[in-house]
Amino acid sequence: MTELLSFEKSRQTANPPRLPEADVKAPDPSQVLGPDQLRKKAPGLPHLSEPEIMRHYSRLASMNYSISEQFYPLGSCTMKYNPVVNEVAAALPGFAGLHPYQGEDTVQGALELMWRLERALCAVVGVERVTLQPAAGAHGEWTALRMISAYHRSRGDNRTEVLVPDSAHGTNPASAALSGFQVVEVKSGPDGRISLADLESRLSPRVAALMLTNPNTLGLFERQILDIAEMVHATGAMLYYDGANLNAFMGICRPGDMGFDAVHMNLHKTFTTPHGGGGPGAGPVGVKAELVPFLPTPTVERTNGHLTLDYKRPRSIGRVRSFYGNFGMLVRAYAYVVAMGGDGLTQASRDAVLSANYLRKQVENDLEMPHEGPCMHEFVASAQNLAHEGVKALDVAKALLDRDFYAPTVYFPLVVPEAIMVEPTETESKATLDAFAAAIKEIVAEAKSNPQALHDAPQNLPVGRLDEVAAARRINAYLQGLSEDPVLRWKGGEK
Amino acid sequence: MPYLVHTEEDRASMLDSIGAHSIDDLLVDIPESLRIAALDLPDGLSEYETMSQIASLAARNRVFPDRLTFRGGGVYRRFIPAAVAAVTSKPEFYTAYTPYQPEASQGTLQAIFEFQTLIAELTALDVANASLYDGATAVAEAAMMAHIHTGRNEVVVAGYLHPEYVEVLRAFGEGRGIKVRQGTTPGPKTAAVIFQQPDFLGLLVDAATLTENAHAAGALAIACVDPISLAILAPPGEYGADIAVGEGQQLGLSPSYGGPHVGFISCRRELVRRLPGRLIGTAHDKQGRRGFVLALSAREQHIRREKASSNICTNHSLCALAASVYMTYMGPNGLRQVAEVSFKRAHALAERLAKLPGWELAFPDRQFVNEFPMRVPKAPAVVRKLARKGILGPIEVQRWFRGLKGVVTFTCTEVNDAAALDELVAALEA
Repeated sequence: MTELLSFEKSRQTANPPRLPEADVKAPDPSQVLGPDQLRKKAPGLPHLSEPEIMRHYSRLASMNYSISEQFYPLGSCTMKYNPVVNEVAAALPGFAGLHPYQGEDTVQGALELMWRLERALCAVVGVERVTLQPAAGAHGEWTALRMISAYHRSRGDNRTEVLVPDSAHGTNPASAALSGFQVVEVKSGPDGRISLADLESRLSPRVAALMLTNPNTLGLFERQILDIAEMVHATGAMLYYDGANLNAFMGICRPGDMGFDAVHMNLHKTFTTPHGGGGPGAGPVGVKAELVPFLPTPTVERTNGHLTLDYKRPRSIGRVRSFYGNFGMLVRAYAYVVAMGGDGLTQASRDAVLSANYLRKQVENDLEMPHEGPCMHEFVASAQNLAHEGVKALDVAKALLDRDFYAPTVYFPLVVPEAIMVEPTETESKATLDAFAAAIKEIVAEAKSNPQALHDAPQNLPVGRLDEVAAARRINAYLQGLSEDPVLRWKGGEK
Repeated sequence: MPYLVHTEEDRASMLDSIGAHSIDDLLVDIPESLRIAALDLPDGLSEYETMSQIASLAARNRVFPDRLTFRGGGVYRRFIPAAVAAVTSKPEFYTAYTPYQPEASQGTLQAIFEFQTLIAELTALDVANASLYDGATAVAEAAMMAHIHTGRNEVVVAGYLHPEYVEVLRAFGEGRGIKVRQGTTPGPKTAAVIFQQPDFLGLLVDAATLTENAHAAGALAIACVDPISLAILAPPGEYGADIAVGEGQQLGLSPSYGGPHVGFISCRRELVRRLPGRLIGTAHDKQGRRGFVLALSAREQHIRREKASSNICTNHSLCALAASVYMTYMGPNGLRQVAEVSFKRAHALAERLAKLPGWELAFPDRQFVNEFPMRVPKAPAVVRKLARKGILGPIEVQRWFRGLKGVVTFTCTEVNDAAALDELVAALEA
């Protein structure tokens, strides 16, 4: 199945008026504005009728895998069921219809929701305050590092380095660098956990913070977290928690108790706001008392039941996005927290750990398991045992797509060769996990009997494997002025 | 616990298969001293109770009708075609992940490719990315591009750029070593001149001259634009700006107390490698079928880690989809109609308001599109008076600009029908 671009379907005549006339006495823009102020060439938007537009997007939708239709075991991404009631809640006119510059007295319900969500997140991760402003996880990481930087500077302490484990998500070093820090890598030991000896050797009065995910990206709990925290704090540095893996232990333990000073959370992972094909998300950041003065403005404050936005925070790092954050996502996350409650969130994490260990058990003889279990909410396998058949992790991923499963995260973390990172989450049934394990067994068998079939996968999707190298060459030719086909947009011509 | 699937029997059988007695056996790596007894939160609720609680919070907000909302300042009430929600509420779109497996994500990828093309067309620049968080972070990311491209570390903000965008720019700049200076004259250290067209007050700036001056100083010109206005106003590509950015809320997204909305960014060919975030391009499979893939990812954090030019991972894909549906539905004619109707209504309103006793256009010599500043006696009283009549009145800009005492900005769009204008004027005359 393919679908032409809207631009390719466009017909000059198929663009009826969409609005009534202005119905006021006023001049046209061309009578008021000078020729230099006016647009010369109309933008090349498509001309299409409504029925054609709806068909177009319905067909595009059918070309997507999504959590609503497929198992999406994408490690580190926590693809769990997105409750439909969340969508209803966010669309309530009392939320969706609010202008961000309405007076505080007219938005008490919105502010109350933000305040309650902040309190709930504080309870889950064990911190003093939370900012809801960051729009995504990476945005939250960067916000936290700005606060840590401001904290050190406020003490006259000029710290220039941030430590990041070699198994960390790529946004960690990028966020640190964009916050003005030099990134120093800390190695993992043979058991997949951070090497305390290496950490010791990297710590110095230059270090502002250690960024850590726990459980780490291998799905393993850093058992020595309390020792790590002590070592880090002893040098005056702070401990930053990357919340990518928070789904592993809600109600079981808390980053704040482990010694983390700043904690970011992904509402689009742990708190079920939908991923939207790549956003919008929300990446709130929780902080301990010593970082509270540096929170972005405004914060939401509650006094005697009355809510206000506090802009008078002289030591704040300022504002990290416009208005108050991705409010619509905050409504969804709050609806989830209310529906699940403390008991439900706890059981969610316990079930997530159970599901991961169960699935790991089902496939432990089919793929390599580079680290000993038990795992937390996800596990990292390796397809290296298929290497002698010439089969790669990517082939396994594509073969899963053919069997109506989305693929696990592959080639991450970088420290495991041919990594296949599986996160089943608590909202997939045992039957689904069994079917997935059966598919893995079938693929592993096929690796031996007919490896070519795996190299040729996927066969059942709108397109087969796309030649990204050739695409990159074409883009380079365009960027070097050797071709007029931008590749990154439609520009007439080839269909 | 409405969203859990395992029954007690499932759990028992799964534990049995693992060879564990209880889930706690799987949590042995967590030190005992860290374990907590329970979360300090109320127990879960049924859907009915959850919705009653949420609805009661929503009921504590006051929603002004679209047609009686005359407040803008970066977020606007606009007519949103039913097609937008019909598409964005398809679970195949809203519950999909970032399209890492292109063969199983062609719907999202093609939709974003179309978004990139729509934005490039609208701004008349070569290439647009897959979207950013919002207008404010788009300005900041553009400044970063200019900083890397020119090797200079100052950006000049000319005129009334949205004050919250300036705040975000300052916060970003601080981490990245970029100084933000308010002014009009770029110098030898200037990486870019940033201006908003129309500006925060709604006034048109001389974009062509600002662009020329930036270029004369060896700096880039960054235009922060209102996407609807581009149906009638000269787009950045026509006056030679290097980068266009903006907030896309008006393209089919509800105000939603400020988010989620969508930032956009487009640029000239020479700057494409500096673009932050995702880019989608075409590619072909072995059978020669066209498909869409994440392209130029060597710029990005998951490959370049600390050397990446941006830390963006997620964009605002679903909001970009809404904007695409909106622009496709409107088409060039519809979009022009939206802009023209808004323009006319705003000009009709401005003329009537200027006749009120003591009221005047704050900048009578300057042109505007559909948002305009008035100087009024007792601005706070005006806003309160209108609120009592159920009208969301203008913004008092003195909150950000001390020099603009008594200045308020009104916004008019296609949803403020002629009768609504009458109601507004009558309320002010009363």
